[in-house]
Amino acid sequence: MDTKTIFHSDEDGPMTALPVNGAAQINWLGSGFALVALAAPFFADRYWLSVVIAPWMILSLAGIGLNITTGYAGLLSVGAGGFMAVGAYGMYAFAVHGGVDNFLFALLLGGCAAAVVGFLVGIPSSRISGFYVMVTTLAAQFFLEWLFSKVPWFYNYGTVATISLPPMQLFGLDVSQDPTVRYYVVVVTVLALTWVARNLIESPVGRNWIAVRDMKTAASVIGIKVDTYKLLAFTVGGFYLGIAGAFWAFIFLGTVSTQSFDLTRSFQILFIIIIGGMGTIRGNFIGAAFILLMPLAITVVMSSIFGDSVNSTLLSNMNKVIFGALIILLLIKEPEGFDKIARNLSARLKQYAARRR
Amino acid sequence: MNAPEVDIHLEVKDVSLSFMGLKAISDFSFKVRRGETCALIGPNGAGKSSVLNILNGIYRASAGEIILNGVHLKNLTPIQAAESGIGRMFQNNALFPKMTVLNNVMSGLSRKSNVSALEHALRLPRSTRQEKAFREKSLETIRFLGLSAHRDTVVESLAYGIQKRVGLARALVSDPEILLLDEPMAGMNKGEKKEMTRFIGAITKNLDVTIILIEHDIEVVIDLADHVVVLDYGRKLADGRPEDVVKDPDVIAAYLGAVH
Amino acid sequence: MSHALEVLIGGLLAGMMYSLVAIGFVLIFKASRIFNYAQGAMVLFSALFLVTMLDSGLPFIVAILITLVVIIAGAIAIERVVLRPLANSSATTLFMATLGLSYVIEGLAQGIMGTETHALDLGIDDDPIFIGDILISQFDLIAAIFALFLVTVLAVFFNKTRLGISLRAVADDTAAAQSLGINLNLIWQVTWAVSAVAGLVAGMAWGSRQGVSFSLSMVMLKALPVLILGGFTSIGGVIVAGVLVGAGEALAEAYVGPLIGGGIGSWFAYVIALVFLLFRPTGLFGDAEIERV
Repeated sequence: MDTKTIFHSDEDGPMTALPVNGAAQINWLGSGFALVALAAPFFADRYWLSVVIAPWMILSLAGIGLNITTGYAGLLSVGAGGFMAVGAYGMYAFAVHGGVDNFLFALLLGGCAAAVVGFLVGIPSSRISGFYVMVTTLAAQFFLEWLFSKVPWFYNYGTVATISLPPMQLFGLDVSQDPTVRYYVVVVTVLALTWVARNLIESPVGRNWIAVRDMKTAASVIGIKVDTYKLLAFTVGGFYLGIAGAFWAFIFLGTVSTQSFDLTRSFQILFIIIIGGMGTIRGNFIGAAFILLMPLAITVVMSSIFGDSVNSTLLSNMNKVIFGALIILLLIKEPEGFDKIARNLSARLKQYAARRR
Repeated sequence: MNAPEVDIHLEVKDVSLSFMGLKAISDFSFKVRRGETCALIGPNGAGKSSVLNILNGIYRASAGEIILNGVHLKNLTPIQAAESGIGRMFQNNALFPKMTVLNNVMSGLSRKSNVSALEHALRLPRSTRQEKAFREKSLETIRFLGLSAHRDTVVESLAYGIQKRVGLARALVSDPEILLLDEPMAGMNKGEKKEMTRFIGAITKNLDVTIILIEHDIEVVIDLADHVVVLDYGRKLADGRPEDVVKDPDVIAAYLGAVH
Repeated sequence: MSHALEVLIGGLLAGMMYSLVAIGFVLIFKASRIFNYAQGAMVLFSALFLVTMLDSGLPFIVAILITLVVIIAGAIAIERVVLRPLANSSATTLFMATLGLSYVIEGLAQGIMGTETHALDLGIDDDPIFIGDILISQFDLIAAIFALFLVTVLAVFFNKTRLGISLRAVADDTAAAQSLGINLNLIWQVTWAVSAVAGLVAGMAWGSRQGVSFSLSMVMLKALPVLILGGFTSIGGVIVAGVLVGAGEALAEAYVGPLIGGGIGSWFAYVIALVFLLFRPTGLFGDAEIERV
């Protein structure tokens, strides 16, 4: 740190892809993961694909959406369920009322509808600060739940307020019946959207979101349009949640009502990003895996101790207690979630390996 | 013979600022010439940071005006101040704690971006080109301030003195016309102060920028400043060259011999 | 006309019930700036525990005492285990922690004490009272009077007692309060304990009105708009706000509801709160916050 460093040039080192929250590691992990996911139908059985892998990818996508709004931009949203509902009911409306029969097109339109709703919800957030933004999202959540169960147009005037898609196609492929096609639609979309999310995060957009989250005043002094980025976070987050919601409704469940998109769902997605890691892309996949597999693990453990007669209500209450306790524990000990824990671990393994050499 | 035209870069004219009925700044006026380094000094609570906050658009003056390059600025917002080329280094740094040094500095270039979010989302050529250009400019500034070794370190883990330099880099990278430095040497030991003084001196020498600097250390002020303005209880006490101001009896009285 | 008045009064009284729940929130927020999402779960747990004690044949006084001991112990434990480690975290982090806490408490409540609805008989008959043509619920009226009484007690507590003033000092400026020698941990434990007791009172009121079941914890969600309108820091404001929300909701449901499908009570209060936030971010009575840079 002497005169030399001011007036002479320095070695900069190789221009590597610069990591933001470890996202660069996805390049290796991500590509490998993508290959495995794409090749899965050739070696995994149908059950795994549709009951484990597909919902995992769908919930991870939802996590990415919420992470953009809440993890990166710092706008606490408890409306994830509502946005997912907009995607599902929006896609349904375009298919049934709008006559769109191309699955992908209807899906994207549903996502756009959710983006628009996200935008609208984001508008008050420029005037309302920090914690109170949560109230806006809560209002939206309740309103949307009401809207899709009380206004008959949304469930095509049926006797019950549930929806399921009419037969749809995708470039000649049958999306409605063929599970392999359905699997690929989900995987390709999730991989593509994950790539897009990572591009955004590693660009000025992502940096500005983090700036708005951590130091709003300094951000605006630098010239970052804080309100614009808040709106963008809600809009993009809404889009991702909408796509995830449509997938959840029509690929995973088949038939759905607003019950699948209630406040509990919103909290579930929030748990995914807390457990996985707020402000990360990879963490969403970790969190979603946790959410899906933990209840299973608890059931297995309980059954092995108490035999098959374990009460399902007791199990669901146990799940509640364990998840709640896990959230509290993580917030106290590792607020950056399991993604951080994984990074710490891999860093320590690298150190260990380097020393062994 | 008329006196030579003096190029006034920034003029603060009869500015007052009130908080909940308390007058923090009263009828404050001073002029800053293009390219000079002007130091704002005064006891704690005299209103110095508030002046900078007004220039940055964080506070709104209750009276008076700011004139930049001859243009009257009305109801300045922080974004407008940034786009007018006013850069700022904060007293408490206000760095983005979870970002690396490089990302912090790159964020300083935000206002110069004209690439849309969609282009970034799809990694279109315009996006990668701008990122590359921003990265190069940031690395240049990082090199200039001797921060290269910490390029990829997350700022919250860095020493205080280094953090201050990162704050300076972030303000400097967008080539501001006017650089506002709020106690850049606060909390530094003698060695760090010498270094920071050298960096600020290098900035004045090599770059086309007018500096307004809040500083307590009189030696630093004499070293760096061409022009000194003294504030006390929100009012101007003295205004002139460092050598003259330091000898002003009112200034000495206000400081009660706390010149060190 | 008299129908409108009846709806209005019914709404006002229901609003007082919301205020009862909101009081517990305000206490904690006043002292620690934490928005305790677990308040609803605490209401559920305390009501459920009381009912379980009563159902097992214990006399009322004994049941209440045991319940009080349990929930106060629980509140103190929460402060030590969950909140103290998170003392300097952001509002978002604290909210998420109380969210996790609500899951734990709900899971424990229903896991241990079951999920059926229990009736809670407080010995107050819900005979209708007639004022002219207007029907008023006696129960709601008594609950409203009790809520007012509770507010008065709390107002006196916060303004006249040493402990209460210390609580307010802690809320305003934790560091300064500490430097004055105020024992923060004790303050927070007291706060949570009092809040738990307020939760019990609310649980008893709501439980005897509509039975003790899981839906009790959802009542908490109604309290949030009340809090926003009343400002998070004013107890008196909470009563006024509760009344406004209750009345507004009842009138809207009666007159606007039939036009658009009914059931608008689930979101109407929120929309009111939202509109309010746009114009007065600090609520009707809350303290304005000045941000220093």
